[in-house]
Order: sequence, then structure tokens, then C-alpha cells
Amino acid sequence: MAISSPPFAPIDNPFDPPRLSDTTPLLRADGLVKRYGRIAAVDDVSLDVYAGEVVGIVGESGSGKSSVLRLLNLEELPNAGTYTLDLPDYTGVNLFALDRFARREVTARQIGIVYQNPHLGLRMRYTSSGNVAERLLVTGERAYATLRQAARESLSASEFPLNRMDDPPRVLSGGMQQRVQLAKAIALRPRILLLDEPTTGLDVSVQAAVLDTLKRLQRELRLAMVLVSHDLGVIRTLADRVLVMRGGRVIERGLTDQVLDDPQHAYTQQLVHAKL
Amino acid sequence: MSQLENLASPRADYAYAFLDPFAKRELRRRMLKAIAIPGYQVPYASRELPIARGWGTGGLQVTLSLVGPESIVKVIDQGADDSVNAANLRRFITRMSGASTTTDTLQATILQSRHRIPEEVMRDGQALVLQVPDPEPLRAVQSDSSKAHQMHADTDYSQMWLVLYEQLVRYKQYLQGASYPSLVNGRYLISPSPIPRWDTPKLHQAAHLTILSAGREKRMYAVPPYTDVYPLEFSDVPFQVEDQRGWIDTVTGALRGARGKFMDEIPQPDGTSRYGISDTGYLEKLIAQMRAASGADAAQNQVGATYYDDEGNFYKHGYLKPPVRPD
Repeated sequence: MAISSPPFAPIDNPFDPPRLSDTTPLLRADGLVKRYGRIAAVDDVSLDVYAGEVVGIVGESGSGKSSVLRLLNLEELPNAGTYTLDLPDYTGVNLFALDRFARREVTARQIGIVYQNPHLGLRMRYTSSGNVAERLLVTGERAYATLRQAARESLSASEFPLNRMDDPPRVLSGGMQQRVQLAKAIALRPRILLLDEPTTGLDVSVQAAVLDTLKRLQRELRLAMVLVSHDLGVIRTLADRVLVMRGGRVIERGLTDQVLDDPQHAYTQQLVHAKL
Repeated sequence: MSQLENLASPRADYAYAFLDPFAKRELRRRMLKAIAIPGYQVPYASRELPIARGWGTGGLQVTLSLVGPESIVKVIDQGADDSVNAANLRRFITRMSGASTTTDTLQATILQSRHRIPEEVMRDGQALVLQVPDPEPLRAVQSDSSKAHQMHADTDYSQMWLVLYEQLVRYKQYLQGASYPSLVNGRYLISPSPIPRWDTPKLHQAAHLTILSAGREKRMYAVPPYTDVYPLEFSDVPFQVEDQRGWIDTVTGALRGARGKFMDEIPQPDGTSRYGISDTGYLEKLIAQMRAASGADAAQNQVGATYYDDEGNFYKHGYLKPPVRPD
């Protein structure tokens, strides 16, 4: 791969993220540390995501990948580290330093999340459309017709059958529940989508269909995505770049093909080998 | 030479109005705070009273700390002045304070009520004390009260709107019958006691002071005079009071054909229903007025203006909007 490096930004490390353009990354997290008691779940993790880019995080269970996602969704605050979004009102603002109210505004408007377990992201007894409409209610939408319309649009964008939009998620199949979560996540057209093992636990054909939807949405809405998965197939399908985590640390990073086809770190080699 | 006992106040079994001075001071301070922050739930040190928790101890403590010998007290239970609960509370208040009692809304200075706000428009200077079983409007959506506190602090009421959304999706109308969640002064959400939806609009820009107090839960909140109170509603699906058009009073006898007031429904053995005016104090005055008109005796008290006219129109025009059925 021919890299024409601009003089002002030399690429010193071949495994560095590519300089996609002169723009700053949409999402920049720097030096994240999260400890639970004596255990450092996340230990000095840094992460850049450019607009429209998909960054995958792979690693074994307990490697800290979900903890990173919880930090990025501002569900928890780290022990150290900064987190900035390159968005009009938030340029240069460390989101971890905001107060609770302001953090809620950011997560509601700018960040969507899909969990592996739909119970975390959905109200199982409320209607599916209500789950999607909740995102708009949080930001102050108070017209019923608008809520209905927005729910309809988001659910059809995530390829959810509209004749079931008023069924509660608890009566839906796993794949459909993930589609409701996805519709909820994109209801306010956020710039960033966080995915925590979005297709784990689905059978292969449903998994493929959900991944198709994700890919299409990512392209159409130009979403920046952070995708956590232990499934290298999912990562290879969606991610542009990938981070390999182990014991709370990033041990290898690079372009997806590069990392998965030519892993450098012994653990990554093991991981790729185990998969293939 | 004066004896020591002449200098001391006369011995009594109880403090004036039953509560000791410290309890009354506590309650008055909390009341001031509640009035200063409309709709905010102020915790207070709820005292033991000779009635059981859940029988109006919150309202009773507020009344006892407001009452004086010149006060005129009216006690209402479900619109009735003569139910057991109302009669007991009234007797206790007067025995402990020497205040006089009335059933006339316009005469009373302190009205303690359970479930109803009177039909006649209350004026400034009156205090309405409502007994509240559960002060927390978010209880249904957030069982953790410390999280509910946080939601109040953030004005994060989206979950309540979500409940309304669900009701509209499933039933095409708002279902909550009593203690309809309402926003006070554009800031705090309150659960307005278990008063019916019919009475909720009466709190909006009311001339009187309303204090809502929950003795068991140890919290009180207030709607000060001339404060905005709006029930939660979507901008395109307005809040409605109980639809009682066509409900005509055929029960209270002396007053056949009354309508446009809140009615009790009385099921009949044949499966039909008859209706009677719920507010007995108002009914008494109507009957007295009719007798006076027929020349039997002179009317004692004039019937005042009511919140709803005989067609069921609310006195603040435009506050209640015509119904909309969402698709």
C-alpha cells in the first residue's frame, strides 16, 4: 500500500490509523483508565474514530471491551482519561467533565447504542414504537403524531416489519429485538453508533440479515461506529480498523485486513488462528 | 403576692391543636419551603396522631398547624362532609383547637379534603389541604426513590410521557383517572392527591393556596395561589376531564336534572346507573336556594360561582381543549 505521507503528519508507525483526511477525528478518547476495586478493567486505552468509519474492538471475555463502550456511552465515568467529540457545541470539551444533565443531552442526541442483551436497551413491556419514541421524548418532542411518524421511519430504516410496531419487544424474536434496538439507537440520527456484540446469540442467517442492515445504515447515515465483538467474522464484515484488547490494554491495532491476515502480536495470532 | 401557678399557663392534657409547638413550627417551616418551591416535595418530620397512618394524618398535621380559634374548618371525604372519616377529623380538629366548622365552601378558611376539590370557586385567603397517599408521581415508572429524586432534579419526565404514549397507542386516550400527573409552575411534576381528572384543572391559576401532605410518606408539596398547573398532555392530543355529558342527577331528590358537576355513579339492580352530585356541601346550598325560591324559608348562603357551568364548560376558557382521537 502506497502511503503518501504529508510532511506535517509523518506516519511513524505502520500500525497507526490511516490519516483519512486533514479532518480531526469525530470521536477521540485518550488514556482511558477504569478500575473496579483493584482490577483495572480498562488500562490506558486510546481510540480515534473518524466520521463514517467503523472501528472494531475484539478480545476475549473480560478483556475490557464492553467497559470501553460503557465509558464511550457515558454510562460510567473513568478514573482517568479524556473524551471529546468533534461536534459543533462540543469541540474541545471533555465529556467526562460535564455535569450529569449535560452528559444526558450528549448521549441522547449524539450517541446511539445497541446492546447484546436487548433487556439492557429496551423496555420489554412497552410497545416497540414506544421504545423508539422514548429517544425523542427525552429530547423534548411533545407531539404524538411526530413521535408516531419518527418511530415508523426509524423502524422501517432498520427493516422492522411495521405491522408489528406496536408489539412489545418481549413477544418478538431475538433478531427483531435487535432491530428495535437499532431503530431506537438511530431515532435521533446520531453521529456515533456504539454496538456491543449486536449479533451474538442470533442464528447465522438472521445475523447476516442484521449485519446487512447495519452496513446499509452505516453507509446511508454516514455513521461512525464502534463495534465490539468477539466474532472475527462480524468484525471483518463491518470494521475498517480494528483494536485487539487483552487484560484491559490495546495490544494491537491497525486496518482490519492487516490485523486479521497478518497479525503481529502472539495473542492476536492465537485469536485469528482459533477462529480460522 | 402571686403564686407560681398563677404565672404559669393553665395545665392542659394536650398542647393547643394537639401538636406540640416544635411539631407545628417544623410543619410551618416545611410549608413555607413547599410554597417557595411550587410542586417540590419537601420532607418533614411526620408526627404520630390518634388516627392511623393512611387516614389523613398528613392533611391533619397541616390543618392542625394552621388552625386557630377564629378558623372555620370544612372537612371533605370523597366530596361528602358527613362520611365517617370526614366527621372524625372535623370533630378532632374542633375539639383540639376551638375552631368552628362549616359545610359551606365559601365560608371556610381551611378546607381539608380527600379525593375532591369543591365545585364552588375558592377565593384568595382560603387554604385547601389535600390528604395524599403517595406523593411521588414517578413511583409507577421508577421504583427507586433516590433515582426519582434525580429525575426531578433534571426535570427528566420523559418516562411519564412514554406512559402516556403507550396509553394512546393501546387505548387511543389517556387512561389515568385520578392523581393525573401535572406540571407545577413549569418545573416540578406532582401527583395531585387522588383527585379526579375533573378537579385537576381547578389548581391552575387558583386564587387559593393548596397544600398536599402525605403523613405516611412524610412529604408535602404545595401549589401556591396563581400558579400554573398543567396536566401532562401531548401537544396534539389534549388532556380531557371525565366525560360526564349525559349524566343527569336523579338521585339527590330535591334537585332533579342537575348536570355539569362531578357525579357519583350509583349502579342499579337492573344494570343501569343513576347519578348524584358528589359535592354534598354544594348540594346543601342548592337545596336551600330552591326552598328559598319556593318561599319556604330565606336562603342562608348564596350559591357561589362554580368551576364548571351546567354545560360542563370550565370557567377558564381555553384551558380545556376539545377532544382529539389520535390515529
